[in-house]
Amino acid sequence: MSTPILNVRGLVKRFGGLLATDHVDLTVKPGEIHALIGPNGAGKTTLISQLMGELKPNEGTIELAGKPVDDLSTAKRVSLGLARTFQITCLLPDYTVLDNVAIAVQVRQGHSFRFWGNARSEAALREEARKYLHTVGMERRADELVANLSHGEQKQLELAVALATEPKLLLLDEPMAGLGHAESQQMIGILRNLKKQVSMLLVEHDMDAVFALADRISVLVYGRIIATGSVEEIRDNPEVRTAYLGEGEEVC
Amino acid sequence: MEKSLKRPALLAALLIALIALPTVADAAGFAALTSLATRVLIYGIAAASLNFVLGYGGMVSFGHAAFFGIGGYTVGILYQHYSLGEPLFGFIPGTNQMLITLPVAVVLSGIMAAIIGALSLRTGGVQFIMITLAFAQMLFFLFVSLKTYGGDDGLIIRRANELPWLNMRDKHTVYYVCLAIAVLFFAVLWRLVNSRFGNVIVGLRQSEKRMAAIGLPAYRYKLVAFIISGMGCGLAGALMANFLRFASPDMMHWTKSGELMIMVILGGVGTLFGPLIGAAVFIVLESVLASWTENWQLGLGLILLFVVLYTQGGVQALGARLVGRSA
Repeated sequence: MSTPILNVRGLVKRFGGLLATDHVDLTVKPGEIHALIGPNGAGKTTLISQLMGELKPNEGTIELAGKPVDDLSTAKRVSLGLARTFQITCLLPDYTVLDNVAIAVQVRQGHSFRFWGNARSEAALREEARKYLHTVGMERRADELVANLSHGEQKQLELAVALATEPKLLLLDEPMAGLGHAESQQMIGILRNLKKQVSMLLVEHDMDAVFALADRISVLVYGRIIATGSVEEIRDNPEVRTAYLGEGEEVC
Repeated sequence: MEKSLKRPALLAALLIALIALPTVADAAGFAALTSLATRVLIYGIAAASLNFVLGYGGMVSFGHAAFFGIGGYTVGILYQHYSLGEPLFGFIPGTNQMLITLPVAVVLSGIMAAIIGALSLRTGGVQFIMITLAFAQMLFFLFVSLKTYGGDDGLIIRRANELPWLNMRDKHTVYYVCLAIAVLFFAVLWRLVNSRFGNVIVGLRQSEKRMAAIGLPAYRYKLVAFIISGMGCGLAGALMANFLRFASPDMMHWTKSGELMIMVILGGVGTLFGPLIGAAVFIVLESVLASWTENWQLGLGLILLFVVLYTQGGVQALGARLVGRSA
């Protein structure tokens, strides 16, 4: 058995009296899309923030490709191959689409203590950034300002920026949230194509997307993982149905 | 195409005007204009330095007068030891050579910026503003209490620093020296803001969260930007001490930090030449309004209010829009 790309053991996060993450165990295997579902307020985004090192957990360990990353800063974790997208898009609004990707490529290439050459006329940098825009199908919007992008385009750009860091594991925080049907389908297509290159932890509410993409699903309720299993197992799990999919007959 | 040609042409015109200024001023009988322009150039350097962290980097420092003052006192203290003939701390000889005093001023203000920045950049937002302000005020009171160097009366520098082959007693020469340094300074700044380093600094202003998520360790970049900015202010302070032949604690008073900020806002936050324009507007307004009334700050305040509320990006943006409309 190969080492999991992500291995989380006994992760706990308390906000005062609130247990936001309750002894979470979670693994993502290489080449896998592992979906994390759960009702609003279950602590999904909190979990991602802890994986990235933006929030410090109270207990537990996080291993990336077999190496513990608990004491590492966000920047270090990114350089080890972790990347995330944001549920509420977080991009550089005064920069163009291409600038946003190019700066991620630039940071990945090493330190930025270069004070003289013009970063915008480095052909190699721009060319490489275009490659990632191509992956998400946005190369025609390269020179548009981020502030002028539609919500769906911003979501796609989020993905391109994350990919530009060349991650081994991509943490996707609701990539379909707020997208229309066509846009969602497009995003599903993009993610499916990426599966060969990168493992993913997919936090998502859109069940069609989850069932279409995921290899395994974990269900998070009140900070606790109540079930992990294949798509079929989760679909048929009575506990999950009550907690999340609703007690009714229809699956959303 | 047209736009890409407009800017260099405008800059060339500005440079020619600045070179011709002393001659024209003398011919027109406004000899005082040269001194005014020298001050504009010096404050332009200081304001542009502040703008590098404030406008480009989004770090609102309210203590940049500290570095301005350190630059000034470096020149003043070195001159005092030179004229008295006794070395500083018993082993550092004083000097009146500008080729030594300017680099020393830049290095010392850089070191001070490293210390202040290392501590204050651990905070952000309002705390950052307050901590930088506190550090600058601490330095202010330190120099007020330093009786050896004039205390709150300041330090008189009998003669401006010397440069080989130049007569620095001539106002025109001082002006041209400042102009040459300003041109050099803005050329370096222009490269800097467009470099990879400038790219991440501007990125940090837009979203620190995003920059962390693409793997940037923010602190060290902000610190280096803060140091560079402090060095620029130190350079300006050293020039100012040479121009006024005087260094005083007022150079590092918090109102000076405020003035530098006003220049940045007047001219245009986060633009290359905005702070220089802002410095020009500020100093011209100061002298014009002050000749009318003692309460010139009231008039300046109203104008600043207008600029902030209606120009959307300072005088530079206003000018660009007016030019854009007519073209």
